[in-house]
Amino acid sequence: MPTQAAELVFDEATKVYPGREGAAVDHLSLTVPAGEICVLVGPSGGGKTTALKLVNRLIPLTSGYIRIDGRQIGDYDVTELRRSIGYVIQQVGLFPHMTIEGNIGTVPRLLGWDRKRIRERTGELLELVGLDPDKDRRRFPAELSGGQRQRVGLARALAANPALMLMDEPFGAIDPIVRTRLQDEFLRLQHELRKTVVFVTHDVDEAIKVGDRIAILREGGRLAQYDTPQRILEHPEDEFVADFVGRDRALKALALRTLGELELSPAGGDDGLPRLPADTSLRDALALLIAERRAALLVVGADGSPLGIATREDLLT
Amino acid sequence: MSGWLVGGGGPVIPSFGHASKCLKNNGWFCTGWVHEHWGDTLQPALVQHVKLTVIAVGIGFVIAFLLALVGFRWHVFDGPIGAFSDVLYALPSIALFQLLLPVTGITTTTILIPLIAYTLFVLYRNIVAGLNGVPADVLESARGMGLTRGQTFFRVELPLAVPAIMGGLRVATVATISIATVAAFLIHYGLGAPIFDALGMPDIFRTELVAASALAILLALAADTLLALLQRALTPWNRIR
Repeated sequence: MPTQAAELVFDEATKVYPGREGAAVDHLSLTVPAGEICVLVGPSGGGKTTALKLVNRLIPLTSGYIRIDGRQIGDYDVTELRRSIGYVIQQVGLFPHMTIEGNIGTVPRLLGWDRKRIRERTGELLELVGLDPDKDRRRFPAELSGGQRQRVGLARALAANPALMLMDEPFGAIDPIVRTRLQDEFLRLQHELRKTVVFVTHDVDEAIKVGDRIAILREGGRLAQYDTPQRILEHPEDEFVADFVGRDRALKALALRTLGELELSPAGGDDGLPRLPADTSLRDALALLIAERRAALLVVGADGSPLGIATREDLLT
Repeated sequence: MSGWLVGGGGPVIPSFGHASKCLKNNGWFCTGWVHEHWGDTLQPALVQHVKLTVIAVGIGFVIAFLLALVGFRWHVFDGPIGAFSDVLYALPSIALFQLLLPVTGITTTTILIPLIAYTLFVLYRNIVAGLNGVPADVLESARGMGLTRGQTFFRVELPLAVPAIMGGLRVATVATISIATVAAFLIHYGLGAPIFDALGMPDIFRTELVAASALAILLALAADTLLALLQRALTPWNRIR
């Protein structure tokens, strides 16, 4: 498997648990382009986690195919496959008896890296996920907070530089403030690393925030819609999707775009309008207009120079 | 003692002249006697006792560990093996020693077989509980990262079971030290020997009884402390909680 990023294809992938009525994942077909984050979201019973675990063969496929860079997962040796895929779970599952370094070095050790290389890689990764390479390396998981543990979980999954990452509700067990920070850091990391990521969550807002594409699964493991967050919010394919993303989907869609993306009317001198930087989301801009009872605002660049005027109508169309 | 008195006119037995007031009054702990008989009575008994304990717990641990592997790998066997070790544990020790006497004779084997049998109960249960006690999320991440079954066992399950295993070893060791003294009722060996000797004297020889019993207790405490320290050294990660 190449180390940069891999394309992942679900092709009619189906899982039926023996002795259970109906499929858990039902003829799922979708392609995750290399380097993108695909979020699997949906109600419980939608088969999100099952679909995820099909990829690293923690759950065997009943029928259909899954391909990583064109090669079927069944053609890989199963341990080789798993070692080449980063895996992060909600409860993190750090090894309590190993130091942070021992945990992060798990897969590299299995792959036979020498100690020096593992040490260097551990330091690099701890820094990457915002932990202290000198202090935290020798600590045990029980000494860390929940947020820190999840960072270590992420570092451990990244250790052998996998081309594909599977993340099963990675931030689900973390309090909202830390969760937001971890999401932001994860997105910053992803901007650098450009891995192919499959990310499971039950939280629509997280899906919209994190996903390049979102796959909405409904009960019985059927794919309801697979699209960019924007498309899903603006053009939900049916009632189920519209319901699932919520009545405020128009507002959520506004949060995805920034003032800089609008066509602005030329600024006619400083007329006392509220000034907002171009990277402000339309949602925040609208909130400001409502709060200040204004009809328009002045968009400014990073250096404070005026770029143009946006009216309330501009924001809403 | 009376024999020595009868032969009063004969050569004086050196030790007789040393018999202290304490010994004549059958005191609870006559240090003079303990000093004098450390080398010929107490120390050999202590060494024998340590040998018995180490061999019994050692063999018991190996057997229990192998059984635990079976009970852990194939859960159907866990119930029957556990029940079997319960039954062994429930057998009265004196009766078991007595039953074996005609088979294995007056040998340490007669003592060791019941001692080993008794260790199985606590060791088997603890090893299996330790192996089964590994959290599900830890096992899932191990599997997801591509550890093989064997790697998961040796690198994850076994190390995480160490606290439970060591707990079992400590209980088994202390229990073995205690039960081994009873064996001397039939076979003159270990710290039980001086204890039964003392009990067998007309007035009960208090000093010997107390000294040998105290040694058994100290041995148990020392063994437990040693194992506790070993456990601490083996599980640095467990100290934090």
